[in-house]
Amino acid sequence: MSFLEVKNVVKRFDNQSALNNVSINVEKGELVCILGPSGCGKTTLLRTIAGLETTDSGKIFIDGKDATFLPPAKRNFGIVFQSYALFPNMTVMGNVLFGLKQKVRASKAELRRRAEEVLEMVDLTDHSDKYPRQLSGGQQQRTALARAIALSPSFLLLDEPLSALDAKVRTKLRGEIREIQKQLGVTTVMVTHDQEEALTMADKVIVMNNSVVEQVGTPKEIYGNPATNFVAGFIGSMNFLKVDGGIKAIRPERIKLVGRFDTFDLKANVSAVEFKGPLTRVYARTKNAAEVSIELPSQSFDNMNIRAGAQVFLRLPEEHISRYTEAWGEIAV
Amino acid sequence: MIHAKGYWKAKLVSLAVLAVLLFTGCGAGDRVEASPVSGEITVYTAIENVLAGRLVETFNAHYPDITVNLVRDSTGVITSRLIAEAANPQADVVWGTAASSLMVLEAMDMLEPFAPTGLDRILPMFRAESNPPTWVGITAWETAFIVNLPELEALGLTIDDIRCYVDLLRPELQGNIIMPNPASSGTGFLTVVGLLELYGRDTDAGWEFMDRLHENVQDYIHSGAGPANMAATGETVVGISFGFPGISRLQEGAPVAVVFPERGSGWDMEANALIRQDEIHPAAQTFLNWAISDEAMAIYNEAFPIISTGEGGSYYGFEGQNPVDQLIDKCFVWIASNRESILAEWNRRYGG
Amino acid sequence: MRGKSKGQFLLLCLMLAAFVIIMVLPLFALFARAFQDNTGQFVGMANYRAYFANPALSRALWNTINVSLVTTVFSVTLGFLYAYALTRTNIRFKRFFRYMALIPIFIPTIVHAVGLISLFGRQGLITQMGFDIEIFGFIGITLSHIIFTFPQAFLMFFVTLEYADGRLYEAAESMGVKPLTKLFKITLPEIKFTLINAAFVCFTLAFTDFGAPVVIGGGYNVLATDLFVQITGLFNFNMGAVVGTLLLIPAILAFIVNRVTNIANMGAMSAKSTKLKVKKSLARDIFFFAFCSLIVLFFLTLIGALAVRAFTTFFPFNMTPTLGNFQFSPVTGGVGSFFNSVRMSLITATVGTAFVFVYAYVAEKTDGFEFLRKIAKLFSVLPLALPGMVIGVSYIFFFNNPNNPFNFAFGTVGILVMANILSFFSVPYLTIMGALKKLDREFESVSDSMSAPRWKLFTMVTVPLSLPAILETFMYYFVSSMVTISAIVFLYTPRFRVASIAISHMHAEGVFAQAAAMSLLILLVNVVVRLIYEITIHLIKKRRKQA
Repeated sequence: MSFLEVKNVVKRFDNQSALNNVSINVEKGELVCILGPSGCGKTTLLRTIAGLETTDSGKIFIDGKDATFLPPAKRNFGIVFQSYALFPNMTVMGNVLFGLKQKVRASKAELRRRAEEVLEMVDLTDHSDKYPRQLSGGQQQRTALARAIALSPSFLLLDEPLSALDAKVRTKLRGEIREIQKQLGVTTVMVTHDQEEALTMADKVIVMNNSVVEQVGTPKEIYGNPATNFVAGFIGSMNFLKVDGGIKAIRPERIKLVGRFDTFDLKANVSAVEFKGPLTRVYARTKNAAEVSIELPSQSFDNMNIRAGAQVFLRLPEEHISRYTEAWGEIAV
Repeated sequence: MIHAKGYWKAKLVSLAVLAVLLFTGCGAGDRVEASPVSGEITVYTAIENVLAGRLVETFNAHYPDITVNLVRDSTGVITSRLIAEAANPQADVVWGTAASSLMVLEAMDMLEPFAPTGLDRILPMFRAESNPPTWVGITAWETAFIVNLPELEALGLTIDDIRCYVDLLRPELQGNIIMPNPASSGTGFLTVVGLLELYGRDTDAGWEFMDRLHENVQDYIHSGAGPANMAATGETVVGISFGFPGISRLQEGAPVAVVFPERGSGWDMEANALIRQDEIHPAAQTFLNWAISDEAMAIYNEAFPIISTGEGGSYYGFEGQNPVDQLIDKCFVWIASNRESILAEWNRRYGG
Repeated sequence: MRGKSKGQFLLLCLMLAAFVIIMVLPLFALFARAFQDNTGQFVGMANYRAYFANPALSRALWNTINVSLVTTVFSVTLGFLYAYALTRTNIRFKRFFRYMALIPIFIPTIVHAVGLISLFGRQGLITQMGFDIEIFGFIGITLSHIIFTFPQAFLMFFVTLEYADGRLYEAAESMGVKPLTKLFKITLPEIKFTLINAAFVCFTLAFTDFGAPVVIGGGYNVLATDLFVQITGLFNFNMGAVVGTLLLIPAILAFIVNRVTNIANMGAMSAKSTKLKVKKSLARDIFFFAFCSLIVLFFLTLIGALAVRAFTTFFPFNMTPTLGNFQFSPVTGGVGSFFNSVRMSLITATVGTAFVFVYAYVAEKTDGFEFLRKIAKLFSVLPLALPGMVIGVSYIFFFNNPNNPFNFAFGTVGILVMANILSFFSVPYLTIMGALKKLDREFESVSDSMSAPRWKLFTMVTVPLSLPAILETFMYYFVSSMVTISAIVFLYTPRFRVASIAISHMHAEGVFAQAAAMSLLILLVNVVVRLIYEITIHLIKKRRKQA
């Protein structure tokens, strides 16, 4: 049995479906990302697991026990919100101690020692006497994390924990959070709309859309074998090509530029070239006006000497093609 | 019917009769306290603050163990509080509040008949008819004109031009008279009733006079003392009010004269009553006994020329005259039963 | 249901029950009488028919609407201009102007009327200079109401304009939008809700005030004086109840046009965006400086007139300076009544602030119970439209009933405190609501996740963070309780007389100098309380900045 189980949960707000028969499993020690566009129900799912929202129907099991009607306080989790919700009238230490005082019966010195330990883990020892507004965004985020893990929760819930930060700090913190999570071995569910975040951090990704789970899998599976056209289109870039009886989908980096005498699947004219640093993206138009994008290492591209307007020959390796009945997003005809 | 003025002249007769009644079974005698009474009583009163304070102090000099909690407000507020609290009376005694109001309470069966010690000294016109009486008067107050002298002169008139009601119709006074609204002021009501009694309540003459007076009235306000105060501060030339505030302002230095109309004044009295409730506090009776004592009367008399024993001294405005003579004949029963229709008629003619 | 909901549900029910006891049941006890004759027989609409059949009575309704409309137009306009001057111009002494604008709410309304008489009455300062207006009646009532409601309108506009988004104006600037267009396209839409709410507040206050019309209204009858006459003059509680229901017209109107939700939402405005940079314009600054100075001068003249009365022997006939007027006759409660007022106001402020805070907290921060919370929010705006006298009389009927389990409260300070808490509930509620809405919505979730009980979060986080709003509420309750007359005139107890009632008595008895002296004392203590408030807020801000 999984550590966390959500079974057929349904939740509606004012006749608007938020969770439509959602079931997920989270194994002990795993970091699971719930990924999806805004309004897909991912935050509601997280809040349902936390007990901050009630379910209309369905069940939630935590560590094998039915927790569907358990109040949040009895579920033993730590949570970090997008806004961090740090208590502005307390220092970093105060914030961490707030929860500890409630839950841990120990001497003051003992509690303090525990708080200091956690603060060291998130590298905030030097800032423990500061108030939240005196901290940078990243430090605030780490304070929220410290507060959440101080109680040694049996699982951790992260609601868009990084989205308020700028790109550099975000990348750095991804690694740090992941490291702390592994070090503690704490089961973690994280909600994000940032696919890169999900793919880099997660053991398992749950993709949601329109209140339902579209796919569950490792980052590789999700990226490499999108189960639905939504997942295919939502994660990374994807070429959708119309063929008889459906849609063929292939990622730009899987398309190969070949010479005219090699076997090729498609002939097209280069319409634009986009330099992206290590990679270069080529947009090419087929004779029935469908646009296809191809991505290749900039170095290889430079060697090919391709210009806009040039004719190119494309190979679409069968092992990298997924087939759907419909496209998602833009479609190449 | 009680035609008051006639009765007071028969004072000796009634005195004798009352004395007999008192000693033969009215019960007042039993209630005279044998031992000092103590406790706390709540007294509602409309007596002016300055006076009420001194009175309670004097009372306490005799009865230090009785705590008197005083609710002092205008007659209207006191009466409506009493009525609103009827289901569960908060007051033990109502003291120095308009008899016309007490009659409303009497009609609602809220008063406990009680004959205070010394009732025999009270003129019959100043007490309820029943025996023992439901209420006993202490002082009377009467219509008076408070005239601002500099302002009057500015109009080209002298104080000798203002002797009686009819003088208020002078064209110079147009827009220069303030009168209390009879619906909200006891003084306003007694003045209107006085005019009706004087000019004839069974004909329209009273109302016709007031129609003409209305032409000269600057404003009707919601306070009996207000017109006197407004005349004192020069906000109007003639304030139709009652004697006390006018004389007070005069003594404080306001350039006013107080005129008691020659034909007599409409009047009402401030009276005392015991509030009916399951348990009557003995201290309430002690207080009521004291409240008509000579000592109390002397203090009332400092401010009010007319006290209910009829033994007033010489007063401003009443030189060489018994102030009681200023009071017109007045039929309380007629007034009580016509109060609503008088006010409705007044309101129809001059209200709003 | 989850376990924590039980506690919240109980608290919510407790708050609602408290409101039912202090408002709904007493009002019901009074208004039932509107449909009865004086023997308690049900008579349907007969009293209403009688009311409207009597032109003298029904005219009071139109008079009241008339007065309230004119008051609203002037107060809202002046309040807006004054707030505009303090937020969108570069005039000097802004802080001074801001404090001076509040003077009128520090003294009983009856005193404004008295002040106006000393300026515009026959012997008035301004009348003597040759400007003769008929101050008794419509003009006097309306002017008193404008004076009293102006600070309320000003404060509402001030908050809105202060926190407006400067970027909008910068964007308009860059597009070359003309000033007048800016006014109509940016400023007006921006203050739209405040405008409507300020108008509603001014209209209601003018509609229900009693202190001014009774002193300066003369024969110009309005509903509040009518209520007074019906109850204290005619002892006709049934007709009084009819008038009482008519006084609720603004409240009912508000519900019909659904303003209530807007008022309730007003608190949601939060500090955001960039502060507006005011451009230079000498002509504009001169105009607004003159405007503000004129208003302040007017207020100061009123206070001056009060001071002259208080410190002279017998104004205007004996101008010898004296302090004797501060020796109050012991029967009005003497100087004791002043300390009683302070005591009552402190109790009201303490209990009231706690009650409003908890009430707003459960209405805003509990999870679920949508229906109950909606009722709670609905209740919260009603007191704004309840005249003090209606509250007072209904309290007698409800609480002074031996069968009422709350009967014990009658005749104690408690009943005065209750009447005051209800009377002034709405404004503090909006203040607290605004503060609570600014708090992170997830505090509760975080605290739940840490198994911290809600009360712990409440005392350690919610309350400390709302401290400025709590202090403001405390001050508002204190100041309002110091000056109120109509809410407690039927309720004050013999053992506990208060200064504002003493003033109305002194005025009625013609002891004007003592009335003025007592008013000055009230003004003084209110100003001191305000100063303490300002200093405390300043210290809190400084500490937060340093921290």
